[in-house]
Amino acid sequence: MEPAGGHVVLQTRKHDGAVLVRFRRATDDGGFAAMSQRAMSQCTIKQRGDDPPSHDQPAWAVDAGIMTSFWRGTRAFYQLPAVVLFFTALGYGAFARDVGLSFGQTVFLSLSIFALPGQVVLVDQVAQGAGLAATAFAVTLTAIRLLPTTAVLVPYLRAEGTSKWLLLLGSHFIAVTAWVVGMRALPFLPRRLRLAHHMGIGCALISAVTAASAIGHELAQTLPTVLAAVLLFLTPIYFLLSLLAAAAIRSDQLAIAFGIILGPLAFLIMPGFDLLATGLVGGTAAYLIGRMARA
Amino acid sequence: MNDILAGGWASYLWLFIAGFMVTAPWRAMGVYLARNLDIESELFKWVRAVSIALVAGLVARMVIFPSGALRSVASPLRLGAFLGGVAVYYVARRSFGLGILAAALLLLAGQVLLSGEFMSAIDLGW
Repeated sequence: MEPAGGHVVLQTRKHDGAVLVRFRRATDDGGFAAMSQRAMSQCTIKQRGDDPPSHDQPAWAVDAGIMTSFWRGTRAFYQLPAVVLFFTALGYGAFARDVGLSFGQTVFLSLSIFALPGQVVLVDQVAQGAGLAATAFAVTLTAIRLLPTTAVLVPYLRAEGTSKWLLLLGSHFIAVTAWVVGMRALPFLPRRLRLAHHMGIGCALISAVTAASAIGHELAQTLPTVLAAVLLFLTPIYFLLSLLAAAAIRSDQLAIAFGIILGPLAFLIMPGFDLLATGLVGGTAAYLIGRMARA
Repeated sequence: MNDILAGGWASYLWLFIAGFMVTAPWRAMGVYLARNLDIESELFKWVRAVSIALVAGLVARMVIFPSGALRSVASPLRLGAFLGGVAVYYVARRSFGLGILAAALLLLAGQVLLSGEFMSAIDLGW
């Protein structure tokens, strides 16, 4: 969907009675904007700028305190991304049980890593009898993506005087799902409420993942293989749809295509380095082509 | 067989090092880099493209070279169900739920029809 003015609509939703359209501008200033459908070009929220205009904030946020924002954030638990994350984590728990990890180990990984690709890779490495160094290396390759993900979200979270330690704590909650949910909600909130809201989202999601891992671990003994396969299948389809939904500019879209093409090839050529190579080669190529297209 | 599976506190230390210790630093670096990272800069666009390509590569690998129970599903069925899910996502006007549900149901239906596992599932009491 490409309305006039070079905007790409990311999402349309009802928000406390009002219809909000969120889009990312395809132009160089790249800011987010929130607006009603009838006044599409009137207000733009700059990411480093002021609070969104009050008529673009959800009704509860206008006079809300920090705790209200936190509890509102925990409602992410009931949103579709969290439900899908729950089922995906169910598959992780079942997988961990298959491999032979204990209940405590399975839950411990969910709490300490809180990034399902890393958890699944770690368990897989254990299954293959890999050593500590090889396992850590494979896991860290899946975790590199958290750096840009965090770097994108943190400028939204930081208000004046925000403690570095609180940001570090909040960064533990940043994974694909928290990122998707956060990017939907945070630009609409005044800056003072955003970190608390993010913490609420994070607490809800880590609870969902931990509970699902535990349940999946218990279910694994009785779950038929075909259902376990379906649960494991949810992870890639969910990740890809997330990428498609968030891809706003040409280089983002190219990066998805290049990643899909290069990923399996790189795995065949250099297993263990495939994700790193795919990201650096495919992402750089996508960026350069996107930049030429802009010029 | 791995020592980890024997359990004990040492296994938790192992998992902590192989998991948390190699994950948390990237998040922390994201926090510190974001401080000086102009989110609308060319560097940011490049970093985002790298991140997207990496995750997209992981997605393709998980479908084409899967792990665990997904290995029991034939490749054409995995790919078909995956593409079917993406197609439904677009047809249903970018509906996350419908896209994911379609992929899951296609995989389930295809596997049941192809493998006859439905019957063995019934035998197990499902």
